[in-house]
Amino acid sequence: MAKTITKPLSQLSTELDNTRDQIKQPTLVTGGKTFANVTEIVARVAEYPTAPRAWYIAFGGAVMLFGLLFAMLAYLISTGVGVWGVNTPVAWGFAIVNFVFWIGIGHAGTLISAILYLFRQKWRTGINRFAEAMTIFAVFAAGIFPLVHVGRIWVVYWIFPIPNQQQLWPQFRSPLLWDVFAITTYLLTSLLFWYMGMVPDLATFRDRAKTRLRKVMYGLFALGWRGSNRQWIHYEKAYLLLAALATPLVLSVHSVVSFDFATSQLPGWHTTIFPPYFVAGAIFGGFAMVVFLAVPARQLFGLRNLITLQHFEHMNKIILATGMIVGYAYAMEFFIAWYSGNPLETFTFFNRATGPYAWAYWIMVTCNVIIPQVFWFKKARTNLWIMWIVSIFVNIGMWFERFVIVVSSLSRDFLPSSWDYYVPTWVDLCTLAGSFGLFFFFFLLFCRYLPIVAIAEVKAILPEAHPGHGGGNAAAEAKA
Amino acid sequence: MSQTDAKTMTIEQPTEGRTFMGYLLEFDNVDDLTAAAQNVRDAGYTNWDCHTPFPVHGLDHAMGAKPSHVQWIVLGIGILGLCTGLFIQWWMNAVVHQGNVVTGYQYFVAGKPFWSVPANIPVMFEMTILFSAFASFFGMLGVNRLPQYNHFTMYSERFGKATDDRFFISISKDDPKFDMNRTRDLLAGQNGTYLEVLED
Repeated sequence: MAKTITKPLSQLSTELDNTRDQIKQPTLVTGGKTFANVTEIVARVAEYPTAPRAWYIAFGGAVMLFGLLFAMLAYLISTGVGVWGVNTPVAWGFAIVNFVFWIGIGHAGTLISAILYLFRQKWRTGINRFAEAMTIFAVFAAGIFPLVHVGRIWVVYWIFPIPNQQQLWPQFRSPLLWDVFAITTYLLTSLLFWYMGMVPDLATFRDRAKTRLRKVMYGLFALGWRGSNRQWIHYEKAYLLLAALATPLVLSVHSVVSFDFATSQLPGWHTTIFPPYFVAGAIFGGFAMVVFLAVPARQLFGLRNLITLQHFEHMNKIILATGMIVGYAYAMEFFIAWYSGNPLETFTFFNRATGPYAWAYWIMVTCNVIIPQVFWFKKARTNLWIMWIVSIFVNIGMWFERFVIVVSSLSRDFLPSSWDYYVPTWVDLCTLAGSFGLFFFFFLLFCRYLPIVAIAEVKAILPEAHPGHGGGNAAAEAKA
Repeated sequence: MSQTDAKTMTIEQPTEGRTFMGYLLEFDNVDDLTAAAQNVRDAGYTNWDCHTPFPVHGLDHAMGAKPSHVQWIVLGIGILGLCTGLFIQWWMNAVVHQGNVVTGYQYFVAGKPFWSVPANIPVMFEMTILFSAFASFFGMLGVNRLPQYNHFTMYSERFGKATDDRFFISISKDDPKFDMNRTRDLLAGQNGTYLEVLED
């Protein structure tokens, strides 16, 4: 059982560079931690009587922004979409930009939890839990925008196939309706995957709980889990199946989101490169968000031995690789625009780089293509400050990518007579800020009250978790 | 499976007047647990279990436990999801059901056919995944009989460590081969650290 902790959380762990030794199997848990240590490190985050001061400051900020979101949505619904900056050619403004941005953020969580699981990448265990949490809260944030941008939100249930007195049904050939199904499925599947992975860890929290409230709450959600091997057999099979289902799902979700654009006739949207380009961009932006959240979390909550520099180096390599794919897609779009010989297509891309929204385009290129190149250097990949700052730039760049795609294409379509310049209103900007409030509100609560690292999975990658390792815990300690 | 050095085991005695529920043997490492699981399996017990903080590789074989069949539930429900996705789209968009209160509605869009399967694939796919995901989770809970808030291992004082760093073998008194003395002797012969008598 945990002793009373007096030192602040952030001083309870040590920094060890485990990125050097590339020939041996890298150590994913540094500091010679035992099973009990792993439990202790993760559980004390939720058991510590007070959170680090930075948590309270961040949570206060998040609550205020979340409140701002409610205020903006109330104003929008009570007044109408005229409070936004959308105009006649640019009918899709911030709402769709934010929607695609947040959905994209979520994708890295599913990639880490499902795809890296299928590929047996053991380093995922340190970061998968909160990457999955990030997915769910990002989908919450994303889901708000399509719901409110329909204009008359009180009839939003029309997008679902519910029998109604008008005998009207959804139009199933529309990609916007595919979105409804894709996003709903994505949210529910991610929730199941996240919760199922958490059940054994909630049981750990239950067994350590000292107050009645904690015993009841964690006990209720732990479902009576008792680590039974006859249950682990089915649990592991079901977890594998969920990973195998989530993998094509995550690829399909952003493909369907890209169909919203690609199946239209608009130059700049009507391209076949969109599905792979969107998926790569989503993983790129999502990994940047994971780094952005993981760096402060490990420092504040004393997780340096579980989320090590090795984990960050892997993530930064993925950011570099997917950033290059995104850069390639930007270049290829230009090439095809020219090679197609279609004057409208050629104009659209020329207009993106030199037209009224050139500033947005070059912010995008700088943040997404140029800045991540620092990750060619190991120093940058293993320096927490550098990677944290790069992750902020990548998030800005990925938001602007969606802005460029949505706004610059719409603002100058086929007829010059209908061209217009889109400027967001203060309501647009406050709603965007508010969506960050929603995301951080849920994320910070998760950090404080739920197992932030997958305890059972991290234990399973310790050397003494495997029979025949030669002794086990007690014997290894006796030798040392 | 290599055993570690022999350990001294504390053995509890049953208390008079309390209902006996079963035995619980504690281990401090996976090697001893796996070796003991093989012995319990070979002794012919069926109503027993191992409890570990994480899935232990090779323990299924050592216990003689059958592999999971959750995938067949998922396959069945997944196919149901696929058919549901196909059916609702056909019912709602492709045909008009004359005189029916819940009738379809044929949208005439850009001269396209009312029914063409390629346009219906995304929704069919998503419905398949949705149904399968629910089947994986709830199928797993059903097969494992969870949630279960009462189990004889929960009468133990020490069992909380099963989700931390200890490993346990539990044998229920309901096992057909169970015998107070012979079962205790079998467990006492393993390389465990604490043999607990579970009583209500």
